[in-house]
Amino acid sequence: MIKELVKGMAFTLKNMLSKPITMQWPEEQKPAPTRHRGRHILHRYDNGMEKCIGCELCAGACPVGCIYVGPAENDPERPVSPGERYAIRYEINLMRCIYCGYCAEACPTEAITLGPRYDLADYRRERLVATKEDLLEAWPGFDKSLADNPLGAGGDQRAQPGRAPGVSPRIAWDRADAIVHEGGELPLPGRSGIPADVPSVAEPAGNEHGGNA
Amino acid sequence: MSASIWTVTVGPDYWWVIVVKAAVILLGLATTAAYLVYAERKIAAHIQLRIGPNRVGPLGLLQPAADAIKLLFKENVAPAGRDRILYLIAPGIAAGAAIFAFAVIPLGGVNTWFGYQFHWNIAHVNVGLLYILGITSLGVYAIFLGGWSSNSKYSLLGALRSSAQLISYEMAVGFALMGTVILAGSLDLEQIVTAQHHVWFVILQPMAFLLYFIGGLAETNRLPFDLPEAETELVAGYHTEYSGLRFGFYFLAEYINMVTVSSIATALFLGGYLPLIPQLDFIPGPLWFLAKAGALLFTMIWIRWTFPRLRYDRLMNLGWKVLLPLGLLNIAVTGAIVAIQAANA
Repeated sequence: MIKELVKGMAFTLKNMLSKPITMQWPEEQKPAPTRHRGRHILHRYDNGMEKCIGCELCAGACPVGCIYVGPAENDPERPVSPGERYAIRYEINLMRCIYCGYCAEACPTEAITLGPRYDLADYRRERLVATKEDLLEAWPGFDKSLADNPLGAGGDQRAQPGRAPGVSPRIAWDRADAIVHEGGELPLPGRSGIPADVPSVAEPAGNEHGGNA
Repeated sequence: MSASIWTVTVGPDYWWVIVVKAAVILLGLATTAAYLVYAERKIAAHIQLRIGPNRVGPLGLLQPAADAIKLLFKENVAPAGRDRILYLIAPGIAAGAAIFAFAVIPLGGVNTWFGYQFHWNIAHVNVGLLYILGITSLGVYAIFLGGWSSNSKYSLLGALRSSAQLISYEMAVGFALMGTVILAGSLDLEQIVTAQHHVWFVILQPMAFLLYFIGGLAETNRLPFDLPEAETELVAGYHTEYSGLRFGFYFLAEYINMVTVSSIATALFLGGYLPLIPQLDFIPGPLWFLAKAGALLFTMIWIRWTFPRLRYDRLMNLGWKVLLPLGLLNIAVTGAIVAIQAANA
């Protein structure tokens, strides 16, 4: 019996002296597998043009209806995407999304894919509706107006495994909160000339998902 | 002859020296208990390949303070129909019984500073061991009164279970300690320590040391004998109905009891404040004492995170059918050897 007791004690002592396997999230992050289906990314072409042409096929393919695409006509002088249209608003309700990847399959231009980011918990439901700024891939030479957008978009997702492009939703929504708090209007994504009546899933009341309060 | 208030003595000591010593011991024990919890969490974490608390302060060192503040501000949920007075004082008895034992434990030898003889204990009692056995057995009252006054069946049953365990193991612990008393020929802790000048009693009384350490684990409700709490399979036991600071007192008492048990074991078996070898004499005695007690505390924590809990009937069997007879045997053999040596001398 004594032998077993000593053996057990030796085992725990050995464990105590070996290196812990704890990963100190969020300071340390485990890189997600290459084909991980985490939060979505909206991609750009190499010249900075957005791949999304606002066709809404992703929204149609989505089994839970969590994608909202607000399409707009491209200005021929300054096109946002190579097609006739582009997505002026692109919102995904991350609380509804089941991360099935059908949107990526449906996309004719490979504009949307599911990315490596998995840390998608928050204290507030509103923050879990990802906007185009959250989702859009950063591009070093992007439009000045987008750079000045307080909702912001920046950072290269390829440089940081485990991190999706752009400002984290937490920071973006904090900024949005601050603007709304001061009585200001939330700036619309990126471009000028957006019609005011474009609906949004992020609207607190009366939207198609929030009617059962 | 003008007697200043500073020269009034209580026993052999000036009263203010006793007050200062008591304050230091009290604060020291509370801090030690708090950091013992931290140490336990850290050691447990590393045994399980985790990191443990590391967010509050550097290396999580302020975690005990955060926990204490949390306990202070927690709501006290008290059951209706409780015995108000007993419910209130039971945690106090627990903490008191744990702290009072420290009055006689010699943390160091006698130092003479400026012609004043400084003893490293609060009270120089010539029956110190008897006092410790008496005071620590009061802890059972805290447990039983706490369980009974809560007016809850879970508390009462838990208290019964704990009392039975503590009373059973008290006998074994008492018998284990008697071996050292026979060898030292005194109940005075300082004399027991000095009697180990040549060889520690852990060498002469290995059986008694093991019996005391095992019994001590049971007395402090430590795994593998933590039946009073058994957090994985039972409601908490005697302190089921306690919350907030009052629960904190029971918690504090438990950890102070750990310190007490390892201090007694240090004094009685590991040579107390005596150095490991005489050549290391230059290191002060209290440091030796703390190092030895710390090693025992580490072992207690280490055991907790290694062994599973004993079944209740096996716990009782171990106490009554193994530890107690072995303790009696140890006394008989030790007594016989000492008597024969005395007759031959």
